[in-house]
Amino acid sequence: MAMIDEPLYPIAVLIDELKNEDIQLRLNSIRKLSTIARALGEERTRKELIPFLSENNDDDDEVLLAMAEELGVFIPYVGGVEHANVLLPPLETLCIVEETCVRDKAVESLCRIGAQMREQDLVEFFIPLLKRLAAGEWFTARVSSCGLFHIAYPSAPEALKTELRTLYGQLCQDDMPMVRRSAATNLGKFAATVEAPHLKVDIMSMFDDLTQDDQDSVRLLAVEGCAALGKLLEPQDCVAHILPVIVNFSQDKSWRVRYMVANQLYELCEAVGPEPTRSDLVPAYVRLLRDNEAEVRIAAAGKVTKFCRILNSELAIQNILPCVKELSTDSSQHVRSALASVIMGMAPILGKDATIEQLLPIFLSLLKDEFPDVRLNIISKLDQVNQVIGIDLLSQSLLPAIVELAEDRHWRVRLAIIEYIPLLASQLGVGFFDDKLGALCMQWLKDKVYSIRDAAANNVKRLTEEFGPDWAMQHIVPQVLDMINNPHYLYRMTILHAVSLLAPVMGKDITCSKLLPVVINASKDSVPNIKFNVAKVLQSLIPIVDQSVVEKTIRPCLVELSEDPDVDVRYFATQALQSSDQQMMMSS
Amino acid sequence: MNGGDEVAAAPAGPPQSLDWKFSQVFGERTAGEEVQEVDIISAIEFDKTGDHLATGDRGGRVVLFERTDTKDHGVPRRDLERMEYPIGRHPEFRYKTEFQSHEPEFDYLKSLEIEEKINKIRWCQTANGALFLLSTNDKTIKFWKVQEKKVKKISDMNLDPSKAVGNGSIASSSTPKLCLANGGSPDRSYNYLGNDFSFPPGGLPSLRLPVVVTSQETNLVARCRRVYAHAHDYHINSVSNNSDGETFISADDLRINLWNLEISNQSFNIVDVKPANMEDLTEVITSAEFHPTHCNTLAYSSSKGSIRVIDLRQSALCDSHAKLFEEPEAPGSRSFFTEIIASISDIKFARDGRYILSRDYMTLKLWDINMDSGPVATFQVHEYLRPKLCDLYENDSIFDKFECCLSGDGLRVATGSYSNLFRVFGCAPGSTEATTLEASKNPMRRQVQTPSRPSRSLSSITRVVRRGAENPGVDANGNAFDFTTKLLHLAWHPTENSIACAAANSLYMYYA
Repeated sequence: MAMIDEPLYPIAVLIDELKNEDIQLRLNSIRKLSTIARALGEERTRKELIPFLSENNDDDDEVLLAMAEELGVFIPYVGGVEHANVLLPPLETLCIVEETCVRDKAVESLCRIGAQMREQDLVEFFIPLLKRLAAGEWFTARVSSCGLFHIAYPSAPEALKTELRTLYGQLCQDDMPMVRRSAATNLGKFAATVEAPHLKVDIMSMFDDLTQDDQDSVRLLAVEGCAALGKLLEPQDCVAHILPVIVNFSQDKSWRVRYMVANQLYELCEAVGPEPTRSDLVPAYVRLLRDNEAEVRIAAAGKVTKFCRILNSELAIQNILPCVKELSTDSSQHVRSALASVIMGMAPILGKDATIEQLLPIFLSLLKDEFPDVRLNIISKLDQVNQVIGIDLLSQSLLPAIVELAEDRHWRVRLAIIEYIPLLASQLGVGFFDDKLGALCMQWLKDKVYSIRDAAANNVKRLTEEFGPDWAMQHIVPQVLDMINNPHYLYRMTILHAVSLLAPVMGKDITCSKLLPVVINASKDSVPNIKFNVAKVLQSLIPIVDQSVVEKTIRPCLVELSEDPDVDVRYFATQALQSSDQQMMMSS
Repeated sequence: MNGGDEVAAAPAGPPQSLDWKFSQVFGERTAGEEVQEVDIISAIEFDKTGDHLATGDRGGRVVLFERTDTKDHGVPRRDLERMEYPIGRHPEFRYKTEFQSHEPEFDYLKSLEIEEKINKIRWCQTANGALFLLSTNDKTIKFWKVQEKKVKKISDMNLDPSKAVGNGSIASSSTPKLCLANGGSPDRSYNYLGNDFSFPPGGLPSLRLPVVVTSQETNLVARCRRVYAHAHDYHINSVSNNSDGETFISADDLRINLWNLEISNQSFNIVDVKPANMEDLTEVITSAEFHPTHCNTLAYSSSKGSIRVIDLRQSALCDSHAKLFEEPEAPGSRSFFTEIIASISDIKFARDGRYILSRDYMTLKLWDINMDSGPVATFQVHEYLRPKLCDLYENDSIFDKFECCLSGDGLRVATGSYSNLFRVFGCAPGSTEATTLEASKNPMRRQVQTPSRPSRSLSSITRVVRRGAENPGVDANGNAFDFTTKLLHLAWHPTENSIACAAANSLYMYYA
């Protein structure tokens, strides 16, 4: 203790706590590893701190994860890039631990360091590390090694490159499915660094192995690699090697593989070019849209817009649109829901005429779907179709759909539609809104469910922001303030909440003339809950209105409340008074 | 009789009956000692290598044992098996560690007590010398990591440890506060500290890192890595790992869920047999297991005596099975008990995945996955109980769930019975092996006569019944058959002829 100067005390504690029994303190110290390193200086960090970390790596996974993360940005603290290699040993051991997230983070940090290392250091330190991991006794080491090849390969001399490719090939055929999965996941990244001639031979043969793996989970990841590989190859090679594989996969026995294809297919279209897309990928995609398994159709339906964006509109209308029509009446609500969430995006692709002729009937039928999610998804993307054909064609069907959702017996559905009301208002315009939706917004303020009333109050505020205070004065404020006379105190509370939200948007004049009197009146309420909420609202109004109003109206009311028989009312009134005092001190 | 060479020359000959010997017992009861309910073993499982054994009990504890006899095999196992004379070496285990896996809980929403009893244990892939296993009670599955940790002593702190204790409260409270004051981001809070502080370029020589002295002593630490909860409305009867090493299933009475080992907050329902109206319920799931090598195949058994094999590739929700195995009811044999005793209590895949072993109340059945017309072999476990079914029904014993197991080579099967007996049958073609053993230090004492004929053809039933009559429900000590001492749980070593079985709170190990 005597040796440690007073200002060093926090650092000393930090270092000691690297080995504290409490995991939170260890974690805290590891998070501040760079502070410790700076306190020790670069040389002692290299010679003492890093070896210390390497030796003490049997800590809890949370600590190891933090350590793996910190070490990734540690190059400046060990003396720059020329000393980067000292960071490899502790990360190497972290690459072997059992917990996946620690390993992943260690690999990520190694990649980050490796990307900055000098070429000769990579050959001298990084590649041997990679080879040790790839030949590791435990599968965990081999899993980690797969994610490092793309960093090591570009710097390796020719002979070593051959060795690395062979090594990767072995990993693709490892006994453990975990290793093969990792090899499949990282194949695209590795392939991007491999020279074209080897790409066509070595990498493609690895890819072939993986696509024929016994384990579905490996094949799944191989599908993901398809698009990445496809982009690296020349179009004709892609057509020759990748296309047959993906077409095969699109008819795989396993629905999970087909599901992956449905998700990935559009990415491949660009790689193979327009002609093979038309002749092979479109038919494959159409098959997936009509798959027996609903999960596959969900994935395919969700990509309809992205896929059509790549095709020309003629092809889309000819091939995809008939499927879309079928999907809009699919037996699975989740398929319809997935379709509804993207189908509006097709309008800009197809253009005005085709949209009116072909898509509009689908929109309308989805708007009448029995499943609320489907209708909600359509409504949520209304702006996209509005730009193409205007809202008028839809408004006839839109209104009943909105009204029905607004009155749905599930409050979560009501909540969802409230969220979209400001969007609808901006799309439909003031006139439409006043006629049809204004009443609904008021109705929600009187909902039985608190979350709905809460959202409704917020909605009132957002509408005011959309249409401006003048409009609100005419169409919202009087109706809202009317409800303060509701016999049920919970509804009166909602109005107070709405007032506190409206006040900042309406500005000080309207707040003083219209809103404030209502709040002051409510302070005479018989229910204490209302009264202490009045105190809270008044507190929120203080910054909005003029000082004179605070003095003349708000403070007297608060003073009165602060002498209320109810303890909670007194508490919040006192709070509000204190905040008003502070406000005065600040302004003076 | 046969020399080793001749056996090799005539591979068609059935293997010899095994001569079972007592090896070890853990938790043996002393005379007059009463068994505590919480100590009763409720699950047994060997790991893939056979180097470890785990048991779970009704008290929610998991006990691990490790093999102590030498692990390297000079002589190939098959050669050892052929030898006439008893082999000196056999698997021996010692207590390794134990931990409390589950605690009793109370579901306040359903006003339901959740027992801590371990229903199943499954070993997962070993990594870095750490052991991993899944344990489950009725509702919650837990993923455990058991690891040896070297005991470490820390010395040479910057602050005098005695004083550091005095300052501990300041030290430990000051650092987290720093984080809070700066709003969450620890990096930023360090920057804040760093900016305030200017370090000399060479560092501060007075600071030093703690010295950690690693001793040879090790500590076994069991840590719960993940908890897979709230996915089962009914009681979980099985968990089973997939060969892909990343997923597992859990089955309750009506549903089977698929999990990823690394994701504990979501699972996928893959089988749902719950009828829209619970009054239409006629059949429940009793057990489920993944195929040992085909990642997309799993089998589950039902209370109606059928086994369904499903293909996960077919559909996300596997309502339709790929294969159905059930035995047609013998005409005229129907009785009140037919349906009850047909209920399958356990199924196990053989190691090669070709055969499925199932246990119902009276029999063990071996099914060929390629033949769904009927079992390839049926073994009567305790046929002498057939006249007593009425008593067994009245005291609820008829609902006891006996487990079954196969030897690693697939040549033999075993299952338990009452009076702490268990039976081993040979299932290789032509084998007549049918041994009855007692879970005690003298397993063969019940072997009054060695059955020399297979007891699996229907014609042999009468004989077996007669054998029961010769020995009318009385054991060697003259005690009547005891329905309270039942041997429900047992496991066969994956590579050797060694069986671990549970008699109440005791774990008996036998070898041949």
